Amino acid sequence: MADLTTEFLGITSPNPFWLASAPPTDKEYNVRRAFEAGWGGVVWKTLGAEGPPVVNVNGPRYGAVWGADRRLLGLNNIELITDRPLEVNLEEITRVKKDYPDRAIIVSLMVPCEEQAWKDILPRVEATGADGIELNFGCPHGMAERGMGSAVGQVPDYIQMVTEWCKKYYSKPVIVKLTPNITDIRFPARAAKAGGADAVSLINTINSITSVNLDSMAPEPTIGGKGTHGGYCGPAVKPIAMNMVAEIARCPQTHGMPISAIGGVTTWRDAAEFIALGAGNVQVCTAAMTYGFKVVEEMISGLSAWMDEKGHASIQDFMGSAVPNVTDWQYLDLNYVTKARISEADCIQCGRCYAACEDTSHQAIAMSADRVFTVKDEDCVACNLCVNVCPVEGCITMEEIPAGETDLRTGEVVSDTHGDWTTHPNNPSVQAAE
Amino acid sequence: MAHSHQASGVQSARLSASEIAENFTDLHPAYKTHEAVVAADRCYFCHDAPCMTACPTSIDIPQFIREIQGGHPESAARTILEQNILGGMCARVCPTETLCEEVCVREVAEGKPVEIGRLQRYATDALMARGVHPFERAASTGKRIAVVGAGPAGLSAAHRLAMLGHDIVLYERRAKSGGLNEFGIAAYKSTQDFAAQEVQWLLEIGGITVEYGQSLGDQLSLDALNATFDAVFLSIGLGGVNALNTSGEDLDGVRDAVEFIAELRQASDLTALPVGRDVVVIGGGMTAIDAAIQSKLLGAENVTIAYRRGRDAMGASRFEQDLAASKGVKLMFNVMPMSITGTGAVQQIELEYTQIDEGRVTGTGETVQVNADQVFKAIGQTLTGQPQALALERRKIKVDDNGKTSVMGVWAGGDCASGGDDLTVTAVAEGRDAAMDIHTSLMG
Ligand SMILES: Cc1cc2nc3c(=O)[nH]c(=O)nc-3n(C[C@H](O)[C@H](O)[C@H](O)COP(=O)(O)OP(=O)(O)OC[C@H]3O[C@@H](n4cnc5c(N)ncnc54)[C@H](O)[C@@H]3O)c2cc1C
Ligand SMILES: Cc1cc2nc3c(=O)[nH]c(=O)nc-3n(C[C@H](O)[C@H](O)[C@H](O)COP(=O)(O)O)c2cc1C
Ligand code: SF4
Repeated sequence: MADLTTEFLGITSPNPFWLASAPPTDKEYNVRRAFEAGWGGVVWKTLGAEGPPVVNVNGPRYGAVWGADRRLLGLNNIELITDRPLEVNLEEITRVKKDYPDRAIIVSLMVPCEEQAWKDILPRVEATGADGIELNFGCPHGMAERGMGSAVGQVPDYIQMVTEWCKKYYSKPVIVKLTPNITDIRFPARAAKAGGADAVSLINTINSITSVNLDSMAPEPTIGGKGTHGGYCGPAVKPIAMNMVAEIARCPQTHGMPISAIGGVTTWRDAAEFIALGAGNVQVCTAAMTYGFKVVEEMISGLSAWMDEKGHASIQDFMGSAVPNVTDWQYLDLNYVTKARISEADCIQCGRCYAACEDTSHQAIAMSADRVFTVKDEDCVACNLCVNVCPVEGCITMEEIPAGETDLRTGEVVSDTHGDWTTHPNNPSVQAAE
Repeated sequence: MAHSHQASGVQSARLSASEIAENFTDLHPAYKTHEAVVAADRCYFCHDAPCMTACPTSIDIPQFIREIQGGHPESAARTILEQNILGGMCARVCPTETLCEEVCVREVAEGKPVEIGRLQRYATDALMARGVHPFERAASTGKRIAVVGAGPAGLSAAHRLAMLGHDIVLYERRAKSGGLNEFGIAAYKSTQDFAAQEVQWLLEIGGITVEYGQSLGDQLSLDALNATFDAVFLSIGLGGVNALNTSGEDLDGVRDAVEFIAELRQASDLTALPVGRDVVVIGGGMTAIDAAIQSKLLGAENVTIAYRRGRDAMGASRFEQDLAASKGVKLMFNVMPMSITGTGAVQQIELEYTQIDEGRVTGTGETVQVNADQVFKAIGQTLTGQPQALALERRKIKVDDNGKTSVMGVWAGGDCASGGDDLTVTAVAEGRDAAMDIHTSLMG
């Protein structure tokens, strides 16, 4: 059995699956049960400054997007940070950490953007014995309008400044949680690094409206006839999160900085993909909120089964393995030529590939009267759309045309050397250089 | 007093009212909304979909299923009804396992088709529950058309013609419309008086006057109709039944399956309907299966279907055969009746084993006696009472692809006409297509 023990910023946890800061980690009761269920760590629901706690709406706080059989694909929320008193949370954190010394407990924080506020709260967090803090610069609703959350996360200078305060008043690891509601994720990541952050975590939720009620003509969730944008999460956001993680992992200025990946992790495979893209561990919220704490069991068993298959003894063995293969479009090999191949034996004759290619692509699939579908190499641009719309996995595949053979579409012989846009004759900057 | 399975002779009340009610519930119960959406989601929205080609009425199946997915079952129903005005009944009675669902790519790939029939029912039920007729008549053409026989073919033709603006007189021999939808289809396929409700709903298009108790050959003559109306459509079904020509055929307890089924369909209290303890059904089509299953559901102890050829030659689909078997009906293949015996009433039937020589059934000489206090004959229906003037083809009224008969101004469709299978959906298609041809002929 592969060893899932994870060292992240010197914090050891029995597996890389942490619960993200959210309702599942909002109180002692939940966190104890999560640990009993097997979660490796938690980021406690975000704490605010001393004083009267925030208030949440008393109407619905979630919106959702569903797939077939009402499978939850995306969730959106308008919840704020914890609405329980600071003191209660700190006492609970202290108790739970004492009882579960082998699990990671990170305290998520969001206080006003003033040095004093951080100076006040950090010693009290330190006193709980928790393993580190996470700065919530991400929440896109409610707190942002009060100058916190994503309002800070969208201004790299603020990120750097607050991170510096935290490093000054707190001795343990500081993780900066990034908002995806920004054009280029590398800027806030660089700021976090410049401020001395030990790691970044991402993504927090994405500004979104999940649905509009066409009777009341209001966005959902609707509270007294009105709605507001909420934060989107769940399986639907994973591709966005993966790209952001990869961007940070491969940016020369942030490369090597520890990353705690968040966004749509639902099965072991999602975690493996994030880790391959450079994450040191993953955080999970929606999957737990959808299926309960028990989902972690499959994440653990699945990840270790896959690691055994691949011969990875530890997370470290494959962490970041995919990062060198993430590149810019301009470096993709234009001499790599493929053609779609439809397996007649596997084909169930639905004709979706034909409709897709004929109506919306390159008219490169022929359909016979008895519903046999074949690819016309002279028209196939190898876009892969047929593969993606085919309901039978593995029925349509992309076959590489070996060097030396002729690409029937271009009439050119496939070259065995790498040739990308940077050297392509059609590239104006290449011509300019000549 | 209640009888039991074992009471001998032809007896009523073999089962309690609640057992009967349970036995005769919907064969394919209606979907709930979530089930329908999940089932609809399995549809791949095939290009040039095979299911659509397999449907005799060419319903745009991928389109209607997508409308269900989109949360609009009533639009889905319109898509169905535009092609097949009896889409509600067809959803219940079509042997989908040999039509649309047989060629569904998911049946071919996984042995589990998209449940097109049940989805069709979900859609049509939703629309009909609103009690509004979805179509309007075109402006009046002033043309008058006679339709003879108010079964699926006649109703379909009448509706389409009325919609196109013609005025229709629908003549029906019986006191009720619906044809075999009302008198033939198995009770567990059309529950809760659906056939009658559907006719009621269909007639709401307007422009159709139904005249009951009017029989072609008695009150009506083809010449007179042809002279009075701008066009005539004949849809009189198959009124006769084939005889066994076996000794003992006239004993008490031996009767035509269709007659028994008609009685069953019209019974207001099924516990009052008598059935034998040992029932033997002769035949291999849907009628045989339905008579056998319903005998069993009424409480008969032993029900046997005796069919003279092998399983594969049976007119009833494998699904229907399995359904019968699941209800406890015994299927005997390659046996034919030799004699029916009994004093006064039938007591036994002697069957001879058969073999098939170059397609012909011959006896092997080996026989078997089966106890029977009731024997149902289900060896096929025949055309009767058709006007002499009409040319026939294989004992049915000869028609061309558009339903034209050999007599000018007269069209025919459904079971009485040549071509196509004897199915509700085929009758609907033929009625509709003949109506379109009549319209073209009349309007130029
Ligand atoms: C027992 C049984 C079960 C069946 N089960 C199925 C099934 O599950 N699924 C399926 O698809 N098909 C089934 N069928 C076949 C289906 O019922 C027929 O194919 C269909 O009803 C044919 O429609 P039609 O309009 O041509 O004839 P019919 O339904 O027979 O209608 C003919 C109408 O004409 C009237 N009529 C007859 N003679 C005259 C006359 N001289 N003058 C005036 N009116 C007249 C009759 O009273 C009747 O109303 C079954 C048939 C039987 C007998
Ligand atoms: C109801 C809800 C409340 C959340 N509250 C917080 C919060 O207080 N602090 C925080 O940093 N993130 C919060 N998040 C964001 C999650 O921690 C996480 O970043 C996001 O949901 C993406 O992960 P997922 O796709 O696994 O859900 C919240 C998410 C949800 C659904
Ligand atoms: S948990 Fe669900 S049901 Fe309960 S209050 Fe919240 S939204 Fe409503």
